[in-house]
Amino acid sequence: MSTLLDLAIVYGQLSLLAFGGANAVIPEMQRQVVDVHHWMTPHEFAALYALAQAAPGPNMMVVSLVGWRVAGLWGALVTTGAVALPSSVLTLLVSGVWFRFKDAPWRKAIQAGLQPVTAGLIMASAALLIQTTVVDLSAAAVAIVAGGLFFFTRLHPLAILSGAAVAGAIGLVG
Amino acid sequence: MSETRPTITPPGPTVFDLFAGFFMIGVCGFGGVLPWARRMIVEQRKWLTPTEFTEMLGLCQFLPGGNIMNVTIALGSRFRGIPGAAACFLGLMMAPVAIVIALGAIYDQYAGYAPVRRAFVALSAAAAAYLVTSAWKIAAPLWGRKLAAGVAVCTFVAIAVLRLPMPAAMPVLAIGSTLLLWRFRA
Repeated sequence: MSTLLDLAIVYGQLSLLAFGGANAVIPEMQRQVVDVHHWMTPHEFAALYALAQAAPGPNMMVVSLVGWRVAGLWGALVTTGAVALPSSVLTLLVSGVWFRFKDAPWRKAIQAGLQPVTAGLIMASAALLIQTTVVDLSAAAVAIVAGGLFFFTRLHPLAILSGAAVAGAIGLVG
Repeated sequence: MSETRPTITPPGPTVFDLFAGFFMIGVCGFGGVLPWARRMIVEQRKWLTPTEFTEMLGLCQFLPGGNIMNVTIALGSRFRGIPGAAACFLGLMMAPVAIVIALGAIYDQYAGYAPVRRAFVALSAAAAAYLVTSAWKIAAPLWGRKLAAGVAVCTFVAIAVLRLPMPAAMPVLAIGSTLLLWRFRA
């Protein structure tokens, strides 16, 4: 029960910090889940993040997966609900009056101010995941090849991800 | 006068329509749901005009939380109040949550086998690389603007290098960035 409460508190906070979506709060999520609450190792966290990429739906699915890993089905429901509720209440309150100030100068100023912060947060998430997942030379090779394909080709991301998984499974890497 | 009313105000989606529409988005949305959401909401069911959708998305990106989650709340409540918002949210999340838990269970079952473990080492590295390219694309427009790029680098250092807790760092960064960029119109 207290674990569920802890999950609700952690993900409730993340909800209001997630300017730029879930990928902006990966470092804080990992800090809470790994360093503060010791629910899993950094490598388990990175594996759950990777697994969540294979599911359809919003890029928030790592949230449900962490909840499930920590406290089963109830854990998944609690983290998913907790990450959604505070931001949803805010959206509900603001969306009714949004049209009134969508052209207001202060709103544009805040949006312009948040943009580089969000970019920095997502770069931090990426750096953290690279640091955790590039465990040896072959993992580094996978990251470099996959990164090149993501960046320079129009291949579907899922095709590249599954290609990497297959290469790992048959022993080309790892 | 009365005969024109039904055509002027279409009834709009019911709670069930909202649930069903977002359920399909959740099921289809491999590798990002936003293109699917736009397709369903604007092109197929015509719940919003392109401009309305862009404005709603602008709000949902402005607010914290998952962008598409916020869209479910803003759109659902606009048509059917809180029940509509709940229907959109549950419709979007139900299938993906079930699928991701099933994937987790399968992974647990087979994590002991060497090929599965190796597959996950490679998959995790590739998923991290995917986020690197997303981050690069998000950051690219900032490079020409020294102040904005500086804020992005400060944020990166605060979170990735110094590992500061985000609840403390985020308000400082967000307010500081807004005031700085506003003051210098950068």
